[in-house]
Amino acid sequence: MQEKVKDAPLAEFKYVGTRPVRPDGVDKVTGRAKFGADLAMPGQLVGRVLRSPHPHARIKSIDATAALKLPGVKAVVTRDDFKDQPSEFIPAGEMMINYRDVVRSVMAREKALYEGHPVAAVAATTASVAKQALRLIKVDYEVLPHVIDVVEAMRPGAPLLHEDMVTAGVEPAPKTFSNIAKRIEFTIGDIDAGFKQADLIVERSFTTKPVHQGYIEPHACIASVSEDGQADVWVSTQGHWIVRAHCARLLGWDVSKVRVTAAEIGGGFGGKTVVYLEPVALALSRKAGRPVKMVMTREEVFRASGPTSGAHVRVKIGAKKDGRIVAADAELKYQAGAFPGSPVQPGCMCAFAPYDLDNVKVIGFDVVTNRPKVAAYRAPGGPIAEFAVESVIDEIAGKLGLDPIELRLKNAAKQGTKAAYGPKFGPIGLVETLEAAKAHAHWRTPLGKNQGRGVASGFWFNIGGETAVSLSLNEDGTLSLTAGTPDIGGLRASLCMMAAEELSVPLDKIRVQIGDTAQLGYNFLTGGSRSTFSSGMATVEAAREVMKEACKRAAQLWELPQDAVEYKDGAVRPAGPNAGKHTPMTLKDIAGVAGKTGGPIAGYSRINAHGAAPSFATHICDVEIDPETGRALVVRYTAIQDAGRAIHPSYVEGQYQGGVAQGIGWALNEEYIYGADGKLQNPGFLDYRVPVASDLPMIDTVIVEVPNPRHPYGVRGVGETPICPPMAAVANAIASATGVRFTDLPMSPPKVLKALDEARAKGTAKI
Amino acid sequence: MSKHHISATVNGDAVEFLCETEDTLLDVLRDQLGLTGTKEGCATGDCGACSVTVDGRLVCSCLMLGVEAKGKSIGTIEGIAQGEALHPLQRKFLEHAALQCGICTPGFLVAAKSLLEKSPDPSETEVRYWLAGNLCRCTGYDKIVRAVLDAAAEMRGA
Repeated sequence: MQEKVKDAPLAEFKYVGTRPVRPDGVDKVTGRAKFGADLAMPGQLVGRVLRSPHPHARIKSIDATAALKLPGVKAVVTRDDFKDQPSEFIPAGEMMINYRDVVRSVMAREKALYEGHPVAAVAATTASVAKQALRLIKVDYEVLPHVIDVVEAMRPGAPLLHEDMVTAGVEPAPKTFSNIAKRIEFTIGDIDAGFKQADLIVERSFTTKPVHQGYIEPHACIASVSEDGQADVWVSTQGHWIVRAHCARLLGWDVSKVRVTAAEIGGGFGGKTVVYLEPVALALSRKAGRPVKMVMTREEVFRASGPTSGAHVRVKIGAKKDGRIVAADAELKYQAGAFPGSPVQPGCMCAFAPYDLDNVKVIGFDVVTNRPKVAAYRAPGGPIAEFAVESVIDEIAGKLGLDPIELRLKNAAKQGTKAAYGPKFGPIGLVETLEAAKAHAHWRTPLGKNQGRGVASGFWFNIGGETAVSLSLNEDGTLSLTAGTPDIGGLRASLCMMAAEELSVPLDKIRVQIGDTAQLGYNFLTGGSRSTFSSGMATVEAAREVMKEACKRAAQLWELPQDAVEYKDGAVRPAGPNAGKHTPMTLKDIAGVAGKTGGPIAGYSRINAHGAAPSFATHICDVEIDPETGRALVVRYTAIQDAGRAIHPSYVEGQYQGGVAQGIGWALNEEYIYGADGKLQNPGFLDYRVPVASDLPMIDTVIVEVPNPRHPYGVRGVGETPICPPMAAVANAIASATGVRFTDLPMSPPKVLKALDEARAKGTAKI
Repeated sequence: MSKHHISATVNGDAVEFLCETEDTLLDVLRDQLGLTGTKEGCATGDCGACSVTVDGRLVCSCLMLGVEAKGKSIGTIEGIAQGEALHPLQRKFLEHAALQCGICTPGFLVAAKSLLEKSPDPSETEVRYWLAGNLCRCTGYDKIVRAVLDAAAEMRGA
């Protein structure tokens, strides 16, 4: 059952909070919608990438002579086609980027750093010619020892990926080189004094495996560069302005030369915030003088696009007998893949964010290994840290004999709490989600045989950022809304609803499109749960500009001062009796006289959207364990989360449900499996098993609404938080069912069975 | 090597195409016939994004060769709506918000239609197992399963 918990209604809305059919819906149920691989251009060539078969090797030489002689081959590019870049970290949303590494990630230079690392690419008339050409490119490798595991990579003497890398964040600077890119630490209060006050201390170590975002649409693009250097890219991406920036930078072109259009995007979850194929396709197109289409195979997606980090996490928490937490300590080691930049920093910041704590110490390490460079994955860094912390919190509740929800309520962050990571929280909804969990029928329903129940909370920051939206009043009074953040799951619907609410016009009078990079000012990407928040804020501003201009035009016609007219209920009216009697003018009327009163009417909002507010969640999970096979099946799940305000509740619920499903996959099944040879053994959906329909129950949702005062409709981002609680919720449920605490993900049947057998031998198993 | 000349029926229309021996039915639909509603998610039969029907039977078009379509009747997502009228499954997917990114949606609709033709009154479990060959990474399947059950009820006149 879907539920919605509302505060006392703050305002009555006509569209906000309703569930209309999304404007792009029909295209997506009829096969009409054009995704990344669906566009074809006249004369297009097929681009293919040659990838390193070695996890770590020096590239001594590349010889493409034979490939270029093959009939049908039109271009080959290698490292020589991309200029080297200086080493500097630039903030990019929730992650940092360094173009020195981006250029090496797109095309290997000195070394191949993981199996699947691009080494060369060809453009040819057909796919089969391109494949033959790849086989004709001779690469002379000097194979080097590799390192896959994060702890091994940190050991002195481990094979070094970057031979000049010195660990940042350590004083004095180390004199030796290392795979540890960075050490970070932050503390609040006095951790030792905190632990001295504790009646109970629980310390546990956890491991998590890299997991892939698993979007069903592989990366795809078409690039076309004309003889005068005008370039067009059509691509499946979460941020086409980011694609433009990276491509222009890597190719040394003016930004204005590159126009990027966002195709419909078949899932991203953070994984489509970086460039892989686009600069390569552009370089090939420039050389060949023809459009080049590149589409990754699923195997390439697994081997060579970013999963998230695998990690080792140690958590130590001290509490008083009454459940008050007095000290919280964590150490996080995240593998970044081939280049620095794991999400360990947000992981450190998230770890204890749900709690009001006096004494905290968190240390994090960013470690390179011979794996594909990680990419953002839904709340990057958060789920790993929160899995560990929420598991220890559960164990503390159990050992103190306290209800785990009560223990969380006793320590919960609320408005005014100084977050463990620094800032003071504004209005937040963690307590409301915990109260809603306590009140939910799920929490009280008796469990069946071999079943257990777990609860866990979760947090994500959410971001705003650069955003531009335009809204044009058409000559018949309808409206065209152009936003710049790709719509991955209902954004157009939400923007349309907010514009309709502002303007009091029917939804079907507004057509929403995602504009290309030449149509709007710079838009940061769809990520950080920012698109409904930021593009929504800009949409509201643009709508208000249209209304203001409509008032100006009417005032001009009525020969009134502008403040003597107002926009109300879809029409411009005289504001009060002193303004005289004038027939109200609808947007259609205004549009009809726009030409005569000053020209076209449009709103254009260009903002850096400030005031993004965090979203907290509490999840309840029931599992049933098969005592013979060790299979943990999730039999009931309830996700409760603060949305600030749900513009389109169905798509908010969808975010909760989708995050839960990915989290359950992370908890129970999904993992990158490497052999001793440093090669990925499961690069396909058969062996990298994401949850399917028969693995899951219905996922109940409760939308809590604690409005964000910094957004015109109270919106908080909702997309990322839902993946934070599930791993701990599942682990806590398994612990409750079996009596065994699991600390290594995934909790796959063989692992559960082995632990159960050990516990049975010791007499500690519950089943 | 010369190409194969194949005649088949797609969504009720007679079609002819030329294909290489190694071209899959999916390649033919997308690249030769311009029917890009059928998606490639894996090319190994694991994700169901390329689901079509062949003489009424649900198959992954990435696992069948184009030449095997000779004389067969193929049904794709583009053939599900009738003129201006969406199929009940399409309407219910929209009403239930059973799609987010939409890349898996054509495959789910083709598979679900095939289920309801065989089993007009499926249980939730039956829907979940029938659709277990179709991966969706966005929705957690909840709204998809509800949409299919609701469409089934409507089609039965329940």
